[in-house]
Amino acid sequence: MSSERDARSAILGSIRSALGVHAERDISTREAEYAALPREYKQTSTKSGEELLALFTHRLEEYDAGVLRVSRNEIAAAVARLLSQRGRRRIGIPDDLPSAWLPAGLAFEKSAAFDAHQLDTLDGVLTGCTVAIAETGSIVLQNTGAQGPRALSLVPDYHLCVVFAAQIVETVPECFTRLEATASLPTTFVSGPSATADIEMTRIKGVHGPRFLDVLIVED
Amino acid sequence: MSAPEHSHFSSRNFPEAAKELLADSQLRKNVRHATDVIQAKRNRVVAELPDWEALRDAGSGIRAHALAHLDHYLAEFEQNCMRAGGQVHWARDAVEANRIILGLIQRHEAKEVIKIKTMTSEEIGLNRNLEANGIRPHETDLAELIVQLGHDKPSHFVVPALHKNRQQVRAIFQREMHLPELGDKPEDLCAAARTYLREKYLRIKVAVSGANFLVAENGAVCIVESEGNGRMCLTLPDVLISLVGIEKVIPRFRDLEVLLQTLPRSATGERMNPYNSIWTGVHAGDGPKEFHVVLLDNGRSPILADAEARQTLKCIRCAACLNVCPVYHQTGGHAYESVYAGPIGAILTPQLHSMEEGRSLPYASSLCGACYEVCPVKINIPEVLIHLRGKVVEQDQKTFAGKLDPWNVGMQAAKFVMTSAGRFTLAQHMGQLAQRAFVSKNGFIEHLPFMLSGWTQTRDLKALPAQSFRDWWAQREPRGSAGADAPKGDRDVK
Ligand code: SF4
Repeated sequence: MSSERDARSAILGSIRSALGVHAERDISTREAEYAALPREYKQTSTKSGEELLALFTHRLEEYDAGVLRVSRNEIAAAVARLLSQRGRRRIGIPDDLPSAWLPAGLAFEKSAAFDAHQLDTLDGVLTGCTVAIAETGSIVLQNTGAQGPRALSLVPDYHLCVVFAAQIVETVPECFTRLEATASLPTTFVSGPSATADIEMTRIKGVHGPRFLDVLIVED
Repeated sequence: MSAPEHSHFSSRNFPEAAKELLADSQLRKNVRHATDVIQAKRNRVVAELPDWEALRDAGSGIRAHALAHLDHYLAEFEQNCMRAGGQVHWARDAVEANRIILGLIQRHEAKEVIKIKTMTSEEIGLNRNLEANGIRPHETDLAELIVQLGHDKPSHFVVPALHKNRQQVRAIFQREMHLPELGDKPEDLCAAARTYLREKYLRIKVAVSGANFLVAENGAVCIVESEGNGRMCLTLPDVLISLVGIEKVIPRFRDLEVLLQTLPRSATGERMNPYNSIWTGVHAGDGPKEFHVVLLDNGRSPILADAEARQTLKCIRCAACLNVCPVYHQTGGHAYESVYAGPIGAILTPQLHSMEEGRSLPYASSLCGACYEVCPVKINIPEVLIHLRGKVVEQDQKTFAGKLDPWNVGMQAAKFVMTSAGRFTLAQHMGQLAQRAFVSKNGFIEHLPFMLSGWTQTRDLKALPAQSFRDWWAQREPRGSAGADAPKGDRDVK
C-alpha cells in the first residue's frame, strides 16, 4: 500500500516541520530531557504488614468484592466454602493452577483453550494474580503463573482470585516496578466487579465482565 | 485537507446552538446532576492524595516531552508494535482512516463490527461511513449504546449519554430492543444491555477501538474502561483495529504509573476504573489473531507548530474540565456542535480545522480558570483560549467582510480611542451625553439600540457616571507629587 507509506512520511514530515527539527536528532538530548522530567510523586510505600492488608481489604470491600483472609494451608477449604456460598459449580481454571488450591469433590475444568461460547457455559473461574495494589484495590492479571488467557477471567460471571500477601504493594508506581519484567504480556488491571455509572451516575455492578468478584488473601 | 464525513460539525455557531439547548430544562437538569456527582467524587479522591500536584507536574512533563519528540516516539512505537506482531497504518485525514478501516473489515468479509467507545471514530464519522458500505457497527459502551440506539449524539467524553435520564433510556431500550415490559431501575437497564450485547460479543469477529495511550518503548496499547465491554472487544474477536490519534504516544511503560493515577481520579472520581487493559501486538492463544493500529493525524501535526497552543495535544480526555466548567454546566455538550465539547473542545476543535471551523468556540468560556485548576496534565486552557481569540481576530482582519464586521469595527474603534488619553476623555464626555436617552430610573441601561442590542439582551449595563474618575482626579487639589502623574495631553498608552 504505497499511499499508506506516503501518508507515513507525510505525517512524520509534517510533525518535524511543525516542531522545526530534522529527522536525525541527538539521542542523548532526548534521553537527558526524559531523565530530567519531574517525578516528585510518591513511589515507595509507607505501610506494611497488617496496615497494608487492611487497606487492600477495605478498598476491595468498597467495590463490593468479597474478601477472605486465610493461611496457605487453608486455601482449598476456603475455595470450597466460597463456591458453595455463591452457588457456583462448574469452575474454569488455567492449566497451571496449583492443585493444592482445589478442594476435592468439585468440578474444575482446565479451560485456557476454551472458546468464548464454552467459557460462557462456566459458572465461574478461579485464578491467581501477578501483583495487587492496596491503595486502589486493584488486582493485576497477566497470562502467566496460574492466571490464564484474558478471556478466561472475563466471560464467566464469577471470578475468585487468590492473592498472596507478598504480591500486594501499596502504590501504583510500586506495581509498575514489579510489572517491568513482564511488561509485554497481555495485562489486565481489575478493580472490583465490572460496573457502570452511565445512567444517572449511579454505580451499578456488573455489566459485561464478571458481576461477582471474591478475593482470597493468603498470609504466610 | 478534506473532511466530508464529519457528521457533527455544523455551520451554526456556539451562541445559536446554546440558545436552543438552554431552553431544554430536562437536559440542563440531567447535565447538572451528572457533572455535580462526578465533581464531588473527583474532589474527594484527589484530596486524599498528598502528591496530587507532583503527579500533575509529572503527567504534564511526560506528555509535553512526548509531543516535543513525537516523530521519534511514533516511529519507535511502530517498530515495537510490528515486532510484536501488530500492523501499523498511517492516516493523514478522516478519508484515509475510513478507507483503511473499511478495507480491513471488508477483507475479512465482516458485515458487523463491535466497537468500544472512541472519540476518534466519532471524529472521522466512522459509523456513518461503515453503514453506507453495508457494515453494521454496534457500540458496546452502555452510554454509547444509548446514544446509538437513540439516534442521538454523544455530549461528554466519559459519560456520553449524561444528558439522558433513566426514563429516557428506558424508552429507547423498550423501542429498540423490543422489550415493552422493561423497568426503569438502572439495574434493569444494565441487565437488558448485558443480554443484548453478549450475543454480539460471542458472534462478531471484528472489533474497532480507540486507545488511551500508546507506549513507544515496547509497542503496548492501553485502554481504560469500566464495564468490561472493552475487554470483550479486545479479547474475543479474531481481528482488532485500534484507531488512535498520533498524540496519544508516551515514551515508556513506567509513565503509565503517573497517568493511570491521574486519569481515573479525574475522569470518574474513582481511585482506579474497574478495568485497564495493556497489550502488545498479538499473543498466541490469547486474544485476537490479527491486530491493527491506525495512527490518525487529521489536523493534529500542524498544531505542534504553535508553541503556545501545542499544549492542547497533551490532553488525556478525562473530561474534568467539562465537569467543572460553568458554561458546559448550562448548555451541555451539544451546544459546542463538535465531537470535542467543553473547554478542551473549545481550544481543540478550531485548531484541528486550521481555525476554519468552530471559530465561535474560543469565545464559549468565561475564562474563570477552573479548567486549568483541574486538568491532570496542566493544560492552561484560558491562556490558549485567549491566544486563539487573537488568531480569530487576526484572520478576520485579513478579509474585507471581516474588516466590516461590527465586532471588528467596534474593536478597532476602541483601540483608536483607548490608545490615546485625549481621545478617551473626549469619548467619555460624549458617552455621558449620548446615554441619556437609554438610562433607566435605576441607573442601568437595559436596552441599547441597533447592533449594540446583543450586549444588553443578556445583561444590564451600568450607566456612565456624571463625573468620570479622570475628571475627578484632574479636579482634585494637587497634593505632593501624586497629582503630577495624572495623564495629560495626547500621550500614547502602550
Ligand atoms: S484538557 Fe485536561 S481536564 Fe480537559 S479533558 Fe483534557 S486532560 Fe482532562
